[in-house]
Amino acid sequence: MSDLVRCDACPVLCRIRDGRAGACDRYANQGGELVRLDPLLVAQRTLDHDGAMVPFLQSAEEWDGALVAGAESFITGVGSTTTYPDYKPAPFIVSSKAGGVDMVTVVSEGIFSYCGLKVKIDTDRFLGDEQKAVRCQGEQVGHVSTAEYGSQMLALGGVRHLTGGSKKEGAVTCQMMLDLCQGGAVELSVDDGAAVVVQAGQAPIVDGAHEERMRVGCGSATIGMFAPQWHGLADEVVVVDDHITGVLSEHQAGKFLDMPTAGVRVRGRRSTPGRYFQVAGHGDGWGGTDVTDPLSIIDRIEAKNAWPGLRLLMVSTTGEDSAYFVLDDDLAPVAAEMPASLRAVVDRIAENCEPALCSVLFMAGAGGSLRAGVTENPVRLTRSVRANVTRVSCGGAPVYIWPGGGITLMVDVTRMPIGSFGYVPTPALVAPIEFTLPLADYEAMGGYMDAVQSVDEVLASGVARSLPWRGENPWPLSSGN
Amino acid sequence: MNRPEAVFGADGRLFLRHGPIELIVEMFGAEAEVARAYDQARQYADGLLEELVKELTLLRRPLGAAYPMFHGAVAKAMARAAWPHRGVHITPMAAVAGAVADGVLAAAVAGCELEKGYVNNGGDIAFHLAPGAWLEAGVVADLGHGGLSGKARLRHDMAIRGIATSGWRGRSQSLGIADAVTVLASTAAQADAAATMIANRVDIDYPGIERVPANSLDPDSDLGTLAVTVAVPELSEGAKRSALLAGVDHARGLQSQGIIEGAMLSLGDQAATVGALAHENLQDLKDGENQL
Repeated sequence: MSDLVRCDACPVLCRIRDGRAGACDRYANQGGELVRLDPLLVAQRTLDHDGAMVPFLQSAEEWDGALVAGAESFITGVGSTTTYPDYKPAPFIVSSKAGGVDMVTVVSEGIFSYCGLKVKIDTDRFLGDEQKAVRCQGEQVGHVSTAEYGSQMLALGGVRHLTGGSKKEGAVTCQMMLDLCQGGAVELSVDDGAAVVVQAGQAPIVDGAHEERMRVGCGSATIGMFAPQWHGLADEVVVVDDHITGVLSEHQAGKFLDMPTAGVRVRGRRSTPGRYFQVAGHGDGWGGTDVTDPLSIIDRIEAKNAWPGLRLLMVSTTGEDSAYFVLDDDLAPVAAEMPASLRAVVDRIAENCEPALCSVLFMAGAGGSLRAGVTENPVRLTRSVRANVTRVSCGGAPVYIWPGGGITLMVDVTRMPIGSFGYVPTPALVAPIEFTLPLADYEAMGGYMDAVQSVDEVLASGVARSLPWRGENPWPLSSGN
Repeated sequence: MNRPEAVFGADGRLFLRHGPIELIVEMFGAEAEVARAYDQARQYADGLLEELVKELTLLRRPLGAAYPMFHGAVAKAMARAAWPHRGVHITPMAAVAGAVADGVLAAAVAGCELEKGYVNNGGDIAFHLAPGAWLEAGVVADLGHGGLSGKARLRHDMAIRGIATSGWRGRSQSLGIADAVTVLASTAAQADAAATMIANRVDIDYPGIERVPANSLDPDSDLGTLAVTVAVPELSEGAKRSALLAGVDHARGLQSQGIIEGAMLSLGDQAATVGALAHENLQDLKDGENQL
């Protein structure tokens, strides 16, 4: 029974004989080694279509993954398997013709022990202090990074959590990264901070609250952005915010417009003129505050400055909540119908609020051994990438290459095909990577010319499954960037 | 160990995958209801495989005189669907794919107002139909070549909520030589078990048919040392006919007992139909139409 391999990819724990696949048909025993059988993924686009692939023009039903004749094909690294430790040529080195030039794409799946995720969470809610530990199932899997405008940043994964800590820490880190890369939702908690559910391309859920839209700015910033548009339409504007509430006529922006002080005094602690802290707390009310009755934040209206007929607009930082008042002869605010011209400016605040999302960038370094699968002289590949001769993609998705040494890349996981990522028990993530360059340059850098096969040969071999090209991604075989 | 994966395809359908469970879920109705149904399906599928694996040893044991007791709802449904076939070798595993589809479907539609919906577990399909709704299902006669050979319109007022297909070329093992046996039944679990059993009966002694002990291929096979088909040569027309008729006989028996509603059996270029699939429900397909 020595030819049996026990597969631990799922709880079924199949025992698989040599040359056979497990119950799922996706893992198999090849010569005593457990291997993944997911077919090679080929991205196809129609020649006469510059954008997205339209393979099923007539019957827009479903595509079973069959290859489309006459379509332009790009072999992705998904399912190509790796060659670790990489002293042999990459699994697929594929030539094709693009714009009259012979191109070659070196297709592989990299095992990335040095990899991590940069996660941007669009929220102003407090997630945790900078440097605080981010945990998943109790294990530390990353930390809070520097906050960005309107967003909180997390640095997750990385070699220290993958292989530098306990076995459990590594396993949880690997699974967390895999889940996020595959588009799954992961619950994270920050020490002395919030619990947040993160899912690429979806709104974050912070302490159980769904974040819907980013505010346009804090109350003070909103005053600054819209002051000229309010000028002449209202005598006072209060922008309600749980961070800094803005009061237009006292604010620098109002002074600049020569607005007279209106005497509407809000609660809270004054920071600088027209900017107030601690006016409202977090809640389900106006713009994420606990304010439901806007007049409740007005402390008093001063007779020495205010006047009967004064027009008062109160609005949240998302523009979703607003109220309009006119002061009566006793200087009491009376709700009135908002003039259309003012309504237009309120609507513009809402229009400027973008949906709150989580974005997940996979970051990894294509190290020495992976590059050795491309050429016998790996540094030439690095130089070629640096010189923009070689284009790098991950599952066909464009990547950002960091300046400096090595090939350190970042890619938006939502632009990669579904199921692009895998893992090995090291633990480390497995991700597709493709290097595309002119054939002549490939030969010059010491490429494995004997291993080059044509795209038609690969397609004819029957190992490939096709998926439509995504129009938002640049076609890797086209010239220029 | 991989955790369950749940992803939405570009077409909006939900894909759930965990080990051998590979589900395509599609629901039709108001957006909020559909979203809720997908959410319920996802939650139900999480942990389902672990639950089944707990009882796997017993689920792989042939049914005998005593009705087996299981804890999990899906395991119970598997036993229920396999039980009527216990006159010959059968284990609850014969209904696993269909029972999983039934379970996920029931969880998805619970409390939701949906026009229709289906859960496709590798070709074994459970579906939901509101009054007036219908589903068009493509039937693949030859698993080796994949093309569609017919389609059936399944209406709300028919006692059919499950479809399953079995054959020796498919993912699971078969004692027979049918390229495909597609069964319609009131649940996917019943259809799954019946398709397996009918496919086992589509058989004939013929030189060149190769069979090997099931456990020589898969040491954990629930078929043990039974001989399963691994190669079928070109058969004479008469041989194909005889093999198919053996299966048709069995299918008719199951239909008369109310275990299945209809079946379509195919072997090479020959096919035969029984019950609901024999009537006006089955239409010829034009080229290029898509299957469910």
